[in-house]
Order: sequence, then C-alpha cells, then structure tokens
Amino acid sequence: MRIRAVILRTLRQFRRDKRTVALMFIAPLLVLTLMNLVFNGSAYVPRIGITEGAADTFGEALTTQNAKVIPYPSDEQAEQALEDNKIDAVVSLQGGKPAVKLEGSDPTASRAVMSVIQNAAASLLPAASPSAAANADGSASASGNGNGNGNVYNGNRNGNRNGNGNPLAQPEISYLHGSGDMSTIDHIGPVLIGFFIFFFVFLIAGVAFLRERTSGTLERLLASPIRRSELVLGYLGGFGLFTLAQALLITWYSIKVLGIVMTGSFGYVLLLTLLLSMTALTLGMLMSAYASNELQMIQFIPIIIVPQLFLSGLFNLDTLPDWLAALRFIMPLYFGAQAMTDVMIRGQGWSGIAADLWSLAGYCVLFTLLNIAALRKHRKI
Amino acid sequence: MNSSLSPVLSASRVSRSFAGKTILSDIDLDIRPAEIFGLLGPSGSGKTTLVKMLAGIDAPTTGQIRLLGTLLPKRSMLQQIGYMAQADALYNELTARENMEFFAALYGLRGKRRSVRIEETAGLVGLSEHLSKKAWQYSGGMKRRLSLAIALLHEPPVLLLDEPTVGIDPVLRRSIWAELRKLTGKGTTVVLTTHVMDEADKCDRLAMIRDGRILAEGSTAELLRQTDTDQIEDAFIKLGGAGQ
Ligand SMILES: Nc1ncnc2c1ncn2[C@@H]1O[C@H](COP(=O)(O)OP(=O)(O)OP(=O)(O)O)[C@@H](O)[C@H]1O
Ligand SMILES: [Mg+2]
Repeated sequence: MRIRAVILRTLRQFRRDKRTVALMFIAPLLVLTLMNLVFNGSAYVPRIGITEGAADTFGEALTTQNAKVIPYPSDEQAEQALEDNKIDAVVSLQGGKPAVKLEGSDPTASRAVMSVIQNAAASLLPAASPSAAANADGSASASGNGNGNGNVYNGNRNGNRNGNGNPLAQPEISYLHGSGDMSTIDHIGPVLIGFFIFFFVFLIAGVAFLRERTSGTLERLLASPIRRSELVLGYLGGFGLFTLAQALLITWYSIKVLGIVMTGSFGYVLLLTLLLSMTALTLGMLMSAYASNELQMIQFIPIIIVPQLFLSGLFNLDTLPDWLAALRFIMPLYFGAQAMTDVMIRGQGWSGIAADLWSLAGYCVLFTLLNIAALRKHRKI
Repeated sequence: MNSSLSPVLSASRVSRSFAGKTILSDIDLDIRPAEIFGLLGPSGSGKTTLVKMLAGIDAPTTGQIRLLGTLLPKRSMLQQIGYMAQADALYNELTARENMEFFAALYGLRGKRRSVRIEETAGLVGLSEHLSKKAWQYSGGMKRRLSLAIALLHEPPVLLLDEPTVGIDPVLRRSIWAELRKLTGKGTTVVLTTHVMDEADKCDRLAMIRDGRILAEGSTAELLRQTDTDQIEDAFIKLGGAGQ
C-alpha cells in the first residue's frame, strides 16, 4: 500500500519532468548512434604515394589492395606531400629495394598502410622469405576483415585469394564467436548499453533521493508510519518500472536499428539491464547520502562511474597490473558488462551468465540493505 | 496537577544534544487532552528540535517522551500524529492534489474516504480552487496552508504544528485558529510553536522556551500573575531576565 504510493508518486514525478525523461530515453540513443558511426565506419583506405621507380612493380600490387595509390614524379614531391599530410605513406625504391616511409601520427592510418603493404608484398612473392611469411600471417586476418560475409566457417574463401594452392601459405580462419565482419561497436556495444543505463540511472536516482533529503520531504515522509524498507522498495519499484521502459528502448534500438550483434536471448538482455539499473539506483541513493547538493552528486561520476567503465571490459585488461585489474571484482558494472557480452556476442544462456547475474543481484540486495540502514540517520525506527 | 486528566503527550527530563552540544535540557512537559498548547520562544531556542522529538521523528539523548502512554519513538505511533514541519515539505513538480493523495496514502487513507478528506481539508485552508495547480506555482502562504491540510488529512488525535501561521494573512490566520478550536472541541490535542506573542494569547497553555530550557509553563493568566505583568511579551522578557 505505502510502497504503491511511493511508486505512483515517483512515476508521476517522472511524468512531470520531461527533461529528465528525455535525458534517460533520448540521450543514450544519441550517444550510442554517435558511437556506432564512429566505430562502425567502413575500413580506412590509406593514401599511399609512390615514386616513379617503384611504381611499375609495386604500384600494381598496391592498387589491387584496398588503397588509394598516388604517383609522384620525384622523391622530393612525395616527401612534401607526406609532410603536408596529404598522404599516409610513401613507397620508393632505395637501392633496388622498396622502402616505405609512414606519416605515423595516426596509428589507425599506419596500421592500414602496413596491412596493405604487407598484403601487396605477399602477393608479389608467393615463395616468401621467412620474414615475409610471418607478415603474411598478419595479412591473412586483416584481409579477412574485408572479405568475410558473416558466416562462421568461411575461412577457405580467404585461402582462395592467392590462388597458389599452397595450404601452408594462407591459414584457414574461423571464428568461435562473432565473425570476421564484427566491428568495434559490436564488441563494445554490450558494455556501452550496460554503461549508459548504469550511468543515467545512478545520476538521476541519486539526485532524486538527494532532493528528497534536502527539500525536507524525506523528513516529512519519515514522520508518517512508512517503514524505511517500504520507502526504499518504493523507489526501487518506481524507478524499476521506468528503467524497464528505458532498457527496452535502448536494447531494441541498439539491436534492431543500429544492428549491433545479438546472438543471445532478448529476455536475458532485459533482465540484465534491469538488474544493472536496480544496482545503479541503489548505489546512487546510497551515495546521495554523502552529497549535499546536485553538484556534489556529479562529482561522484569520475570517482565511481568512470573507473567502472574502464575496468568493465571495454579494454583488454591483461596488460594491467594484477591489483588494478582485480579491482573490477568490486565493480557491479563489470559483472553486468561481462554478462551482456556473454549473451549478446557469445549467445550464452542461463548457465553462462548465472554467476554474473547472482553477483549483480548480490550487489543490488547489499546496496538496498545499506540504504535501509542509512535511513536510520533520519529516523531510528 | 489535575490527576484525572492523564497527559496525551509528556516529556520527562528530556535533553537533546548534537555532536556533544546540548540544545535542549531538562524538559518536562505534560500536554493535556484537547488543549492547544503553545511553545513560545525566540529563534534558535530549540522549539523545532523539541517538536520533532514530540512527533517521534527524533529521539531524545536522555529522558523519555510518551504519547498516549506509549514510549516514543515508535513507528506505529506516528499514525496518531499530524505533523507540519517548519519548512514546507512538498513535491514541487506535483499538483497540490497529488501531494495530498500521496501523503494520504502513506497514512492508509484510500478510496472514497481519501477524496472526501482531501476536499474537506483543502476547504478548511481555503485551497479548494487551487488543487490542480502544481506546488511550485503556490505562494509561500499557500504552501503553508497545503502543509497544514496534509497534517490534518488522516484526522490524527494529536497535531504537532511547527509555526503553522507564518506567512498567512490575518483573515486566514483567524479562520485557521477557529478551525483548530473546532478540532479541540472534537477532542484533538494541538501543540504548536510560535514566536508571535499575540498568538500565545490564543493558546490554552504555554511553555516559554529560551536557550533550550523551559522558563515557565501555564495558562496566559497564570504566567501573567506569576510575573506580575499584563502582557505576555513582558512576562517573557521578565522570565528570561530572571533566569540569568
Ligand atoms: N541537526 C542539528 N545539528 C546540530 N545542531 C542543530 C541541529 N538541529 C538544530 N540544531 C541547533 O539547535 C538549536 C535550536 O534549533 P531549533 O531549530 O530547534 O530552533 P527553533 O526554536 O525552532 O528556532 P526557529 O524559531 O528559528 O525555528 C539551534 O542553535 C540549531 O543550530
Ligand atoms: Mg523552528
């Protein structure tokens, strides 16, 4: 009864606060769309300058690769173009051997140049020297990017490219999860969906509860016979219904509109996002006790939210010092992001995500209990 | 003291300190059924602190407070109290009616009774026509009246009102006092704080508070006789002076 009253009130407040609703519904979609455009852009086509001497042999091999080849009459002109950042690399003939000079300030461009050049070199020298063979390894996976069509076991298509029939020259490529044409956004998408829900719910719930305290309504509420637990559960219910709608929209948009890879069950994704938002809600409420105004609530973002993003699987953590990487085990977002990736990319079911789900649920229960206890500060009983 | 009237609300040797600083000390009070009891004192004297303890929101550092014989703080006793805080505690983005519906639900009012009580109390404070306005559109006095209406919603036997008439014009103030009188006629006990001396006259009994202590307690006439003055203001000054 009283829980219902709190739920109803929370929903009514949302209905009145159009801006917050817009923030929670539209902002994540906007950012995800932007991220999608940035990370999902088609493969970078490097611009490679080539000088007279190298043009006849190497130039042809390069143009069959995914590169824009620009001929220059002299080394100096090519160097100048490189200086002016008009091209990403210059290929010239130095003492009979091809030499490559890269512009080098953008790693993405550099990598693209290297991949193209290695592929070109490999196609010129099928009976490769040891170093070229090692390079061919790298080039095989790179060419897979442009070539794969989404089927998992299609590695033999890549092998046909050189047409030399040598099974050792080109390894067969296959994928256990995902596919060759999975882009960065597919990889970070599940983490980002979890993150945005966590971030916005944390902030909005935190500020809502902070307002409840600073406006005096919390004290007034606690002058009524409501139980502290009823108040916390009411918040959970109100925000829960609201964020359920938010989670539905965000996941639907990511999967159906942005086309982020989704191999698992939609239901699990919803369950996960809901659990994540409940955890964010309870954590936000808890932290709001340590903030005396909205600005101080925002100050928690770099301390509590951002580290979680970095340690939640967005980046590979293997190179981090152990103690730092171990921090992720105290971060709810890590478990959420982990399970989201498991469902969306690896298509796992209950058994695959149960451990993460329980961890998340554990955090949610823990924070809820802490909230109920923290309210003792305002009313002992 | 009249022993046939057991007190509705009583404080015995109550003190309250915040972080080692004593705000209230040695408070003894007996509030009788169906009276209007005034807490009179200057700003910072500890009125709000005392009212919060009487309302069962805050607990005394030492001493005991009993409501209808039950030791406070106790959650179930909160149902017996209608509390109006000094600062208006309203949800600004909600309409006045929505605010009332919410608090009514917290006190277990539902259905027909709830809508009837909302209309009645809104009528009492003269807000019937403004119920669909949002709280932020209310003037200061309107917010005060809405807070009062909310305190009255569930027809509690004890009303604790912290400066209920601040910012309310004389005409409405008079009608609110008349209403409080009517309520005590029906058996409701009212405790209110004020630092307006002329309101003190309207209370059945008064306690004068200064620096966290009760200087004197009794009806206006008793206090005037005791201090040999003819104005409550003079009595207050005299008592304060004598206490030093
Ligand atoms: N939570 C608190 N922590 C520390 N000190 C407090 C707290 N609440 C009140 N005080 C102090 O207790 C004293 C009495 O405050 P209180 O609000 O009870 O005064 P009051 O009589 O209601 O004043 P006013 O008429 O201005 O409302 C003040 O000096 C105030 O600073
Ligand atoms: Mg006060």
